[in-house]
Formats: sequence, C-alpha cells, structure tokens
Amino acid sequence: MSVITEVSEDGQRLTISIRGRFDFAKHQEFRKSYEDRELSAVVVDLKDATYLDSSALGMLLLLRDHAGGDDSDVRVVNSSTDVRKILAISNFDKLFDIS
Amino acid sequence: MQPLEPLTILIAEDSAADRLLLSSILRRQGHEVLTAANGVEAVEVFGQQHPHLVLMDAMMPVMDGFEAARQIKAMAGETLVPIIFLTSLSENEALARCLEVGGDDFLAKPYNQVILAAKIKAMDRLRRLQDTVLQQRDQIARHHDYLLNEQRVAKAVFDKVAHSGCLNGAPNIRYLQSPYALFNGDLLLAAFTPAGDMHVLLGDFTGHGLPAAVGAMPLAEVFYGMTAKGYGLAETLREMNAKLKRILPVDMFCCATLLCLSFQRRSVEVWNGGMPDGYLHRIASGERTPLPARHLPLGVLSPESFDERTDMYPMALGDRVFLLSDGVIDTCDANDQLFGVQRLQQVFATNRHPDALFEEIEQALRHFGGETRDDVSMVEVSLLESAQISPPALVYSDSGQSCPLDWSVSFEFRAATLKRFNPLPYLLQLLLEVHGLRAQSGALYSVLAELYSNALEHGVLGLDSGLKRDASGFARYYQERNTRLDELREGYVRLSLQVTPTDDGGCLTIHVEDSGKGFDVERVMARPLEDIRLSGRGVSLIRQLGRNARWTDDGRSARVEFIWEALA
Repeated sequence: MSVITEVSEDGQRLTISIRGRFDFAKHQEFRKSYEDRELSAVVVDLKDATYLDSSALGMLLLLRDHAGGDDSDVRVVNSSTDVRKILAISNFDKLFDIS
Repeated sequence: MQPLEPLTILIAEDSAADRLLLSSILRRQGHEVLTAANGVEAVEVFGQQHPHLVLMDAMMPVMDGFEAARQIKAMAGETLVPIIFLTSLSENEALARCLEVGGDDFLAKPYNQVILAAKIKAMDRLRRLQDTVLQQRDQIARHHDYLLNEQRVAKAVFDKVAHSGCLNGAPNIRYLQSPYALFNGDLLLAAFTPAGDMHVLLGDFTGHGLPAAVGAMPLAEVFYGMTAKGYGLAETLREMNAKLKRILPVDMFCCATLLCLSFQRRSVEVWNGGMPDGYLHRIASGERTPLPARHLPLGVLSPESFDERTDMYPMALGDRVFLLSDGVIDTCDANDQLFGVQRLQQVFATNRHPDALFEEIEQALRHFGGETRDDVSMVEVSLLESAQISPPALVYSDSGQSCPLDWSVSFEFRAATLKRFNPLPYLLQLLLEVHGLRAQSGALYSVLAELYSNALEHGVLGLDSGLKRDASGFARYYQERNTRLDELREGYVRLSLQVTPTDDGGCLTIHVEDSGKGFDVERVMARPLEDIRLSGRGVSLIRQLGRNARWTDDGRSARVEFIWEALA
C-alpha cells in the first residue's frame, strides 16, 4: 500500500500518508482514502513521498474541495526539500497549511 | 479451465499403419483429422485447410518433416500453429533439430494416448494465448491510430486558433516547442495590443493528452480577444482565471506566465502563477534576473480571491526575457534524478552567444541523458526599437455605412472607479467606429493610454516620474502606484472626445483633465523630443504621435488632435 490512512481516536482527524512518487498512478487510491468520509480535519503526510507532479497538486485540490473548499482544514506535513520546492513554485502555501 | 474444443489436426506420417492408429486416437478424443503421407502433401493440405495443429513425422519420403515444418511455419505467419514432431529418433542432436526448424514439441514412438492428449491440450493453450495476444495487439494498434488521428485533427484546428497571433511573424520572438507539446498541456500565445505592446503567454495545463488540451481553446480566445481590444494584463488575467475556474474540474488548472512587453516604455510587466522562474537577461551586464512565481495557477482561485498583481521591470534595447516549461527542469535521467534549476543556470553561465541558448539547453538535456520529453517549451522575447516591430493591421468586418462623424462625449472617472476600472478598451472601441481613425489606431491608443496614465499617476496620485530614472526606482514607482491607488479616496480624471467633420475628412480632439497639482509645462516641453530615458517618455510620445498637443492650467489639462482625410 502506498497510500495509508489513519483516523485519530476522537474520529476528528484523518491522516493520509503517501509513500513513493505522488503522481497520477495514485489517483484512485488517494481518492478512495477520503471520499467516503465526513472530514473535519485532514493531514497529508509526505514524509515518504519522493516526488510530486502536477496531477498530485490537482489531487490535493480535489481533497481540499471535498473537505470544504475555502473552509477546509487541510495540512500538508513533513514535505522534503524537493517536494516543498514544487509546492512553493505553485504557491500552494496560499491554499494549504504546509510544514 | 476452458474445456478443450475439438480441433482440426493434420497428421503427416508416411506409415499408413501409424496414420491409422493416430487418426483413430484423435477422433476418439473428438478432433477432426486430416492426413498426409509426406512433406509435400502436408504443406499442400495445410495451405488448403488451415488445421489448428500438426503432428509431423520427421523422416518421410519426397520431403522430410523438417523442411515441411519450416514451410508450414512460414505460411502460418503470426498465427501459432503448433507442430509436434513424431519421432523414433533418440539422438539429442536430431531432437534439438526438431525444435530448431520451428517445431514446438516432440512425441516419441510408440505413442502413448495419455501423453498425446496432454500435449495437444498444452499446445492448444499456447495457441489460444497467442491468438489473444495478437487480437489485443491489433486492437491497441487500432486505438492508437484512432488517437493519433484525433490528435492530428485537434492539432490542426488548434494551430489555427493558437497561432493566429504574432508568434511566427514578429522578429523579436524565438521559441521551441515539441510538436505535440499541446497534448502535454503546454500552450504558447503571443499577440500585439492596439498600442503596439506585445502580450506573451506560456501556459502548462495539469495532466496529459486531450483533457490537458481542451482548456487551451477558451484560454487562447480570451487572450487574443482581450489583447486585441486593448485590455491590460490585469483584466485579461481576471477573465482567464474566472473562465477556467468555471469550466475546468477542480483538479485541473493552468500554470502560466503572462508578459506585457512595451517597446515604447521599454519595460516588461510580468505575472507568474505556478511556472518555473523565467529570466530577464540584461545584455549590458550579463545579469539574469529571475521572474519567480508569485501566484497560484489560473483556474484555482475564485474570482473574488484571485490576485492579478504584476511586477514591472525596466528593459534596455536588446534585453531578453526567457520563459520555460517544467518539462525542461523536470527531465529525469535513468536514476530518476531531475535536470533541475542548477544545471539550467550552469548552461546560462557558459552561454556566450544569446542566440545559441536554446541549442545549448537542448544539448545539455541530451548530455544529461534524460528521456526526451514531449512537453519541453521555451520562448524568448527581446526588446527591439519600436520602429522595428510592426503590428499587423487590424481587420474589420463592418462596411462603414454607419460611421459616426459629428459627436462628442465626456466622462468623469472618480476615485472608486480609478482604483479598478480601465476605461481605455471601451474608449478605443468607440473611437474605432470612426473609420477614418482606424488607420492610426495604434498611435491613437498609445496617446490615449499615455494621457490617461499621466493624468492618473502624475496628476491624481501625485507620483514623481523622476523616480523611474533607474531600475530600482522603477520597481519602487510601481509599488508606490499600487499603494496610492489602494488608498485613493478622492480625485478625478475627466476625459472628453469630440469628433467633427471637416471639408476633406474629420478631426478628433481628445481633452484630458485631472484633479492633481499639475506640472511645470515649460520645463517639460523644453526637453528634446528624442530624449530617451526611463522617465517622462509619455509627453514626448504624445507630441510625436498626436497633432497640436498642448497643456494648459499648469499641466492639469491636456489636449491633442488627430485628423484624417475622407476615405475614397
């Protein structure tokens, strides 16, 4: 499994961890990880993600939309320098809380 | 497992007794049997009846089994017709030869019914597998042809739309794009504004294939439509973003850099949303100023939260702006290493002849060993003398019968309007209803734009054009302009247009007034017309392009005329 989900004990926070390349190949898996859930807070953990392409950015936008759009609480954590660079070029820090 | 369907099996065997024995075994197992007594007969029967499988005796008169097998395999082509050699040979060499000539298996005499049935079954499985593979291969090939044809058609249509601009006509643009880059989402557009400025867009849609290309059409239409009407980058960007946001699914967007290159002002205005850094290459110093992404891509934010703020940079003659798509820096080598920005900058550092830059980058990519990608786009625009650039004449579709020749109109734009609204495209469209003015639409737009920005920036906002005397002041000037505009509470720009017929044509008088402090008219008018500086270019431009330009009321009121002769 390259997309792993974990729900916090109080059921309020969903953590999605990505392993390996985060690209179009993960589309289905990533979508399945959240689409049947009511989301209040989401954390996307990129600790083990090696690369991120523009379709991954699109997937993050879909997640954000599902989690409530402008009112959503989506955090992207543990991104490597390379991944951060890609997120920075796209100015995604204006939409997501990135650390 | 699939039950064995009855097969048609050819038995090639010179011994009549063996033929009879094998035939009866196979018939009992439910198969249809054809027979041949030597190699020549076997080849003949095969050619006529196309059996599914062949049992072939190796030693036969006239033509032996080896030669017959070779010929049958050649006739069968891609279809797998398994050949099982029947042999009493026991030397390894002879057995190996059975397989070398194309045989698939062998069966030793005397025949064992169970082994024979099992071998036929196994061979039949192989035969079916091969069949399926061939069918699927043909299907894929058909789909592929279909797709390529679709792409060809779509590309032909799109090329007409996308290249209706000045990409291929202007002497100051060089670009390099993979032929099917569009289907990887890359988009390159360029067009002249009515004032002779050049707008350039390099965009990159998310995703690949047709879905990535469909968004390009509406984007190109907004770009060309609004540029031709004289809208600036800000309005064009707002419209493009709103349109893409409306029509694209949530996970699709377009990274883009938009430029407005002004030959008259010698400046470039830049908006970068999500593209890799572009570079402003100053030829005199060799310095390359990065033009980084400051915004989210187009089609992500709602119109309310979209940010269309741009950056302004002064340029000197010969300076170049270089833009590239992420296909360049994201090219991977065999170990998944990216080409990266640093390698690109090494190419910059060793570049001696600016014209060779594209080739050097391509060479570096090849040397890097990256897989060639189909989404590599690069474009370079350079600042030339405005006289060297000739925007194409506009084409009008109306007849001219309803041309208005005697009228006047006046506007007063007040603070709240001045903050956001750009009245120039509307005014220009109104004026171009007058056919006599169409031939000079470029000069007309330039003069209107200069008069309006003088009234707004130096008049209402009280900005000192002296600030623009060097590069850092230039940037400060435009920051200050935005700040003061945001804080503007009062003030106005009045603009009146008067069109009057004359004996042999007509005359337009433009009159612009502002609520500012005015300026020292005599001192500014005393400057030589050809004075080339970053600041104060507006006034000399107006005097050169318009007729009877004059300033009164301490510079708060400006008047200029355009005349034309009656059309034949």
